[in-house]
Amino acid sequence: MDNYLTLPGWVLAVFQSCLYIALAPLLVGWVRKVKARLQNRRGAPLLQAYRDLYKLLVKEARVAHTASPLFRAAPYIVFTATWMAAATVPLLVVDLPTAAIADIIVLVGLLALARVFLALAGMDVGTAFGGMGASREMLIGALAEPAMLMAVFTLAMTAHSTNLSSVIDYHLVDGFVLRPSYLFALGGLVLVAVAESGRIPIDNPTTHLELTMIHEAMLLEYSGRHLALMEWSAQIKLLLYGTLIANVFFPWGIGRGFGAAALGLGLAAVLAKLAALGAILAVGETVLAKMRLFRAPEFLNLALLLSLLGLLSHVILEVGA
Amino acid sequence: MSGAVTMQQALALAGLAVVLALASALVSLLAKRVPATLRLVATPLLGLAGLAALAAGLIALVLGGTIQTTLPLGLPWLPWHVRLDALAGFFLLLIGVVTCAVGLYAPAYVRGFEHGHDSLAALGGFSGLFLTGMLMVVLADDAFLFMVAWELMSLSSYFLVAYHHEHSANRRAAFLYLLMAHVGGLMILLGYGVLAAFGTGFSFNELRAAELPPIWAGVAFALAFMGFGMKAGLVPLHAWLPEAHPVAPSHISALMSGVMLKVAVYGFIRFVFDLIGQFPWQWGVVVLIIGCLSALFGVLAALLQTDLKRLLAYSSVENLGIIFIGLGLSLVFLSTGYRSLGALAFVAALYHCLNHALFKGLLFLGAGAILHSTHERDLDQMGGLLRRKPWTGLFFLVGVLSISALPPFNGFVSEWLTFQAALQAWQLQSGVLRSLIPIASAVLALTGALVAVTFVKVYGVAFLGQARSRHVRRARSGPWGMQAGQGFLALLCLLLGVFPTWVIGLIDAVPRAILGDGLPQAGAYGWLWLTPVSPQTASYSGPLIVLMLAGIGLTVFWGLNYLWSRGAPVRWIRRGDAWDCGFAPPSPRMQYTATAFAQPIRRVFGLLFQIDETMTRQEDGTLRHRLHIGDRFWGLLYLPIARAVESAARRVVLLQSGSVRVYLGWTLATLVGLLWIIT
Repeated sequence: MDNYLTLPGWVLAVFQSCLYIALAPLLVGWVRKVKARLQNRRGAPLLQAYRDLYKLLVKEARVAHTASPLFRAAPYIVFTATWMAAATVPLLVVDLPTAAIADIIVLVGLLALARVFLALAGMDVGTAFGGMGASREMLIGALAEPAMLMAVFTLAMTAHSTNLSSVIDYHLVDGFVLRPSYLFALGGLVLVAVAESGRIPIDNPTTHLELTMIHEAMLLEYSGRHLALMEWSAQIKLLLYGTLIANVFFPWGIGRGFGAAALGLGLAAVLAKLAALGAILAVGETVLAKMRLFRAPEFLNLALLLSLLGLLSHVILEVGA
Repeated sequence: MSGAVTMQQALALAGLAVVLALASALVSLLAKRVPATLRLVATPLLGLAGLAALAAGLIALVLGGTIQTTLPLGLPWLPWHVRLDALAGFFLLLIGVVTCAVGLYAPAYVRGFEHGHDSLAALGGFSGLFLTGMLMVVLADDAFLFMVAWELMSLSSYFLVAYHHEHSANRRAAFLYLLMAHVGGLMILLGYGVLAAFGTGFSFNELRAAELPPIWAGVAFALAFMGFGMKAGLVPLHAWLPEAHPVAPSHISALMSGVMLKVAVYGFIRFVFDLIGQFPWQWGVVVLIIGCLSALFGVLAALLQTDLKRLLAYSSVENLGIIFIGLGLSLVFLSTGYRSLGALAFVAALYHCLNHALFKGLLFLGAGAILHSTHERDLDQMGGLLRRKPWTGLFFLVGVLSISALPPFNGFVSEWLTFQAALQAWQLQSGVLRSLIPIASAVLALTGALVAVTFVKVYGVAFLGQARSRHVRRARSGPWGMQAGQGFLALLCLLLGVFPTWVIGLIDAVPRAILGDGLPQAGAYGWLWLTPVSPQTASYSGPLIVLMLAGIGLTVFWGLNYLWSRGAPVRWIRRGDAWDCGFAPPSPRMQYTATAFAQPIRRVFGLLFQIDETMTRQEDGTLRHRLHIGDRFWGLLYLPIARAVESAARRVVLLQSGSVRVYLGWTLATLVGLLWIIT
């Protein structure tokens, strides 16, 4: 506990959290760019996502007559909760105080908090699309959340800790051991990440085709800075899942001290890992088509099954051995 | 000996609570003549009784001592024993907290009944007796007083369930409740009988000393688990709960769901953890499996309901399931020798008991406030209540977030603790247990996520959007007393989530007294950090989470609304019509209803229920959609039993010939038979 709570630790934690919100649009821009190249288009510049956010931030916000105060509070709550959830995932270095404040379960809880407010905001204005999006988002969330928890529990049980820093530390110290449970957990977590960040084949972030929307349907009534915050949260969520997969399953390169060299290496490593993951995501989105909504449960059941298999293979094969 | 004196004071306060509750019952008899008595005297007395119980429980928990005494009541050879220890203190506190809130809430709520034709004296009288019964169950120190108090609790709550007896559905619900409460009561009685057969008497000290052979211990456990499980509404013995809880007046529903179910948990803990004391791990597995079943089934059933109070009742089944998951984990860990892990799971279960009492009490009071001003329980008629009833809306939101186990509210803490206990399963030797517990935690995770769906549905449909019916559109903010009752519970929900170390410091006295082990680690790093096992394993800081959530949220808000516009607070918001993809202006009927919201889930999990959905074209060409969702357990368990009882009754009826001589012949035969047996 005490080794987490140092002044440089706090400073770095703040820096890392800011880096999350700064990098999030870049990852989205990168995925879009790779996707465009795969489709033989030139695509928008890498920084387009920042320009979009800026454009939305300076615009006037319109709020429906029928909206309640919750509608206006929700973007701030969603943004804050997502950001805080992201702050608990080590990006550059481990052993930051944010990891002690909130462990993996709190991370999942904060994401659930954001999701609940997103869904409530969708239902607030009283339009048909909002309720539709909320209902679907909650269905997908309800099926994805246990899969996510099971996947992270596999890691937690291996490291005997639910603290993400300790989990990563454990792997770095332990060296590379190919565990079957890890492969299962990785598979489960990737599926959850795709579903939760609203990517193909579960949801299409670029669609505005009314009947297939999930995430966008809840945001229909938002505009201006409210929309900017909501979009930004979605981008942070994608970065969060990317970082989680990159740094937990492939922890090499993450800094273990607070020196400049460790930080620089950590940043370079995480950027490289995220670029690779983003490219994989883009390839996946290009070759796959969006599924019907009622095939999504099968997809998520697979995720839950993989995660549960991971957990069981850990407690049966690896603990006893 | 100042400590001993204060334990005596605690017991005196507990006694005062019982006396006040009885006084409230007695005073209510006057309500027949002067209706205002109920509102002005009886319900405040109920609240005061709650306050006294709260104080007594708090003192008992802080001191952690034990005090026993014998009352000059009861049978000549079997006086009533009373005992106040940490476990009883914890449940007194729980009863007291909710009763306090009800005491604030009820005066305004029962005013609505003053013009009705239902008997006010019955409402007040049975409420007082109900509270008396619950308090006495917790205080009882012998099987005799326990059963008397238990029956008092069951019977008086029967009359409260049957309060609106003009509807036949309510009478049916009350009868079912009475029947199942008594079958359960009988099992508990038999369970005590088994213990007493191996002991020297009926007082708990003597029962505790009884040496049971393993088989009889198993029988006693099975009887107690079924008996208390029936009262706690565990699947498959839950059928009475969603029928009975919703039909009582709302403040009584809050007491029944929030408190009475916990009294059943108390009974189970007292019987199994304290009186039997020794258990094999198989019991833990049974409790764990039943807990998982209840949690998952309860939440899915809740999700499909459209009646708000019925939904809340099903959600109680789910929460009791979570509590029994914690108790099952505790039994498993204790029986395999991991005492401190057992204490952790035990504390998690107790914490969830307290949390459920608070947020379910809050939600039932909120449902009552809606019922009070709109006379509506059907979610599909509600909508837009947040703007009509802002305070109820705010407090209900707190309840929704708490029950959905979202940080930083209280439900999250107890679920977090349960997960932490489950995650220590790797320490166990047995491979079966090591793989069973992770599956249980998967069920718990799925349950938690589905609860969030359920309550997003409730809040989104009832409080957000636009009103779906005329009387809901005209809803009004309730009287301040009703809001104060809800606000009190909402505040506690937040505090118990933000400062878990203090709460665990209090609860810790219970496992130390009952199990002999506590959680010394939980608050070892100060009140800021909750570290139930060790700081390396897991830590959570509620205060810092709240601080950061509030700090960042407000900074972003300020930054975007003021700083961004360079100091001048510009009104940067324009009101307009809803966009809705540019379609025709949305009407309230176009909104998603509760039924529609649950439709995807109904499709995914539909196999677990009997779903009867039909579309018929009516004469005028319009389509009519009918949906009926049935409980599969009726067909699987209850109807066969009912049929068996009926066919047995048909056989017995052959004896009934109507001829006195035949009856006398039977009597003689019975007498001869009995004489033959005893000689």
